[in-house]
Amino acid sequence: MEHILTALPWARRLTQVRQILRHVPVVSVLILLVFIVFGIFGNYFMPHEATKAHFGDVLTPPMWQEGGSAEYILGTDHLGRDILSRIIGGATISLEVGFIVIFFAGALGVVVALLSGYLGGRIDAVLMRITDMFLSMPFLMIAIVLAAVLGASTKNIIIVLVTLGWAGYARVLRGEVLRIKERDFVLLARVARCSKTRIMLRHIFPNIVNTLVVLGTLQLGQVIIAESSLSFLGLGVPPPAPAWGSMVGDGRDLIFSAWWVSFFPGMAILFVVMSTNLLGDWLRIRLDPKFRQL
Amino acid sequence: MANYILKRLWQALICLIGISVIIFFLSHLSGDPVLLMASPEATQEDIEELRRTLGLDKPLYVQYWVFISGVVQGDFGQSIKWSKPCIDVWLSRFPNTLLLGSAAMAFSLIVGILTGVLSAVKVGGWFDKFGKIFALMGQSLPVFWVGLMLILIFSVNLGWLPTSGHGSWKHLIMPAFTLGWYFTAATTRLSRSAMLDVLDSEYIKMARVKGLPEYLVIMKHAFRNALIPIITLAALNLIMLLNGTVITEVVFNWEGIGRLVVDAIFARDYPLVQCCVLIASMLFIATNLFVDILYAYIDPRIHYH
Amino acid sequence: MISNDNVLEVQDLKTHFYTSRGVVKAVDGVSFALKRGEALGLVGESGCGKSITCFSLIRLVPRPAGRIVGGKVLLEGEDLLTKNEKEMTKIRGKRITMILQDPMMSLNPVFTIGEQITETIRVHQKLGKMEIWEKVKEMLRLVRIPSPEVRMREYPHQMSGGMRQRISGAIALSCQPSVLIADEATTALDVTIQAQFLSLFKEIQEQANLSMIVVTHDFGIVARACDRVAVMYAGKIVENAETRELFNNPAHPYTIALLNSLPKMEMKVDTLYSIEGQPPELHALPPGCSFAPRCSHVMEICQREYPPQKEVAPGHFARCWLKG
Repeated sequence: MEHILTALPWARRLTQVRQILRHVPVVSVLILLVFIVFGIFGNYFMPHEATKAHFGDVLTPPMWQEGGSAEYILGTDHLGRDILSRIIGGATISLEVGFIVIFFAGALGVVVALLSGYLGGRIDAVLMRITDMFLSMPFLMIAIVLAAVLGASTKNIIIVLVTLGWAGYARVLRGEVLRIKERDFVLLARVARCSKTRIMLRHIFPNIVNTLVVLGTLQLGQVIIAESSLSFLGLGVPPPAPAWGSMVGDGRDLIFSAWWVSFFPGMAILFVVMSTNLLGDWLRIRLDPKFRQL
Repeated sequence: MANYILKRLWQALICLIGISVIIFFLSHLSGDPVLLMASPEATQEDIEELRRTLGLDKPLYVQYWVFISGVVQGDFGQSIKWSKPCIDVWLSRFPNTLLLGSAAMAFSLIVGILTGVLSAVKVGGWFDKFGKIFALMGQSLPVFWVGLMLILIFSVNLGWLPTSGHGSWKHLIMPAFTLGWYFTAATTRLSRSAMLDVLDSEYIKMARVKGLPEYLVIMKHAFRNALIPIITLAALNLIMLLNGTVITEVVFNWEGIGRLVVDAIFARDYPLVQCCVLIASMLFIATNLFVDILYAYIDPRIHYH
Repeated sequence: MISNDNVLEVQDLKTHFYTSRGVVKAVDGVSFALKRGEALGLVGESGCGKSITCFSLIRLVPRPAGRIVGGKVLLEGEDLLTKNEKEMTKIRGKRITMILQDPMMSLNPVFTIGEQITETIRVHQKLGKMEIWEKVKEMLRLVRIPSPEVRMREYPHQMSGGMRQRISGAIALSCQPSVLIADEATTALDVTIQAQFLSLFKEIQEQANLSMIVVTHDFGIVARACDRVAVMYAGKIVENAETRELFNNPAHPYTIALLNSLPKMEMKVDTLYSIEGQPPELHALPPGCSFAPRCSHVMEICQREYPPQKEVAPGHFARCWLKG
């Protein structure tokens, strides 16, 4: 049977394409691994200190351009800080913000979804109205206001993004809980007189983990973009910390003379976010084929 | 149907009240506006006097009541920075945002639907691959960076388009593309999956069995059905654009609502911030409501609970 | 009235699916003939290739996995498998057509009933607007839709399942096809509606001297509506005979088993007979007779070689070593 399959050119091509598709997440995973390693051990890879200004070498172009030097591979910014080092340092911030936000927003979302979906009734009604409310707020505007109120700091950014991020999880996961709650094993557990808490944690939660992972992965990219947007506006991680968004912001007025200042940090965002999106899509197909839209 | 609409209206109202409370308290936490409004040489007594005339000495819930009854009558308070009613400032900027938003919307709908439909008709084809990459990029790129890079390419290097401001259609191209790309991505993906779902259905099989030519099968039978979710998404996107406008307007110095909010934040003009965010929320909720009702109306098969 | 000329002749039809798990031979050398005015029942368990056979006849096998790899489908002497897509579009719906299984899904929800019938006539016949309109009304009357003028302006969701299936029938009949395929057309209907639909179609078929292929897994329908029966198992037709002959003298053990598994009115049955084992997986068929693993009369030769077709009585064909 195998030889019939390989004898047909289009069938072979199909297998090849499938093989490649199977390997796409490998690239994403590699990029994300580099991102995580830089995020944790960034200090060991930085050629320079991320926040150290070299006033003698202000706005050095990348090394392959005229006037560039191997000292600063991707050039320097208006304060003479090494861009490559800052990008590596920025990974730490994005990683920290990204994962902490996902963790807390996800946890909050799960709790709300379980309570709302499993207990139902009045609790459900109240929690869902609150969820709706958070979902129908103009996200970025509220984030900006919130960030301005709390003041610029990494901790506050995390608070802002968790506050505005949990509702999405709650909404989707509640739907899952409603579906799972009708399944036989939950009914059996109820017959066996398991406590509500136990049913929620031991019987329902494990069944929404897949969806949670998919949502989390897809959200990671969005969180990184949101954080960098706020930082770009000057409402995120305060200077001189090397957040990617604020680095792009630094280069905004230099776009006529020093493109590299905002180009490279943006590429870093692109790579990481694209990888999380690809990985998320792949996970979605692997873990939940029903989860097709958007 | 009437019951359903009433229920949705009620939910929307509760939502709106909740958001107004949040926004009100948030902006009141952002600092003492009296200190900003008073002249630098004002004495402590002058400041207290001002506080009293503005009603800011009263408990917060009283202030909220005063605020919300004003809002109901269309009075969003006085802008500190502009010294005129917030709603006037808002109205003067809104047409710009509307223009930018519509242009971005038009772009994302045309490109998104076209790419999505063609991708679905030939899965794995040239268009499908292009669409996938285009959509992936759109969802992965930060708006502010896209804007800057467009400026770098088309203004700095090629000198074709102006970097910022508005006036001619040339000013509109880059901001509209920047803002529209993200939504193009969403539209493409949804059009594609909606089309795929529809193409898989029995009535499409039936249309083929009847001997309809392929273009009729796709354009008439499939597309009409796929359009329902696409339109829903488009309506929701319209309001999501309000989010994206903030960054786009800042990058391109576009005099719209988004920039107004950011400027107002930095100027600590809290009544104006409050006004903009509240109106944005209202539009958001109203659109959601409208889409829900429209959806129920278009598709009578929908089950209301 | 059944005449002697064959409207449709299928010779050694093969439709295979190329999947990641291997080649699935869904239709593997099917041959049969359909006479003018005859109703042929195509019977078998689900997954035996009945539907794929029908979709192969009108060249609508799901692509890209499915492919017709061999055989001939002669419709009034013309081989449909040699036609290109454009020619096929003109034949489909006009000369050979089909009623699909699920009436709830097979009508497009966003167009009126009238439009869905009209467009079929419009693409196949050159008629004026008024003529088409009249024709649509006539078709609706034919399938006994009350007040057709009102109904044709309505949408599918405003109608019951039985009515929708009759509308599918009206669409199918609107161009006077030579061959009508009904793919489990009554399965999704209630039993009483099923009977109604069946007698209506039997009547129309006899009046119009229509040739029909009735795909079903229900011998009751076969007994009521078909002149001839072909029993399919694992992509092949294992027995083919006139209805009465097949019921009285079934030759193939599979047919016998199927007939035994029917509940009988006159008997008080405690347990229903059922066929042991599962239908074989079509991508990994055993060598020899594919029914062998489930057959109670299995012989040594059955494991080795597929039995050839044999005429066990005049006009009664079977593929079984017992009869060879």
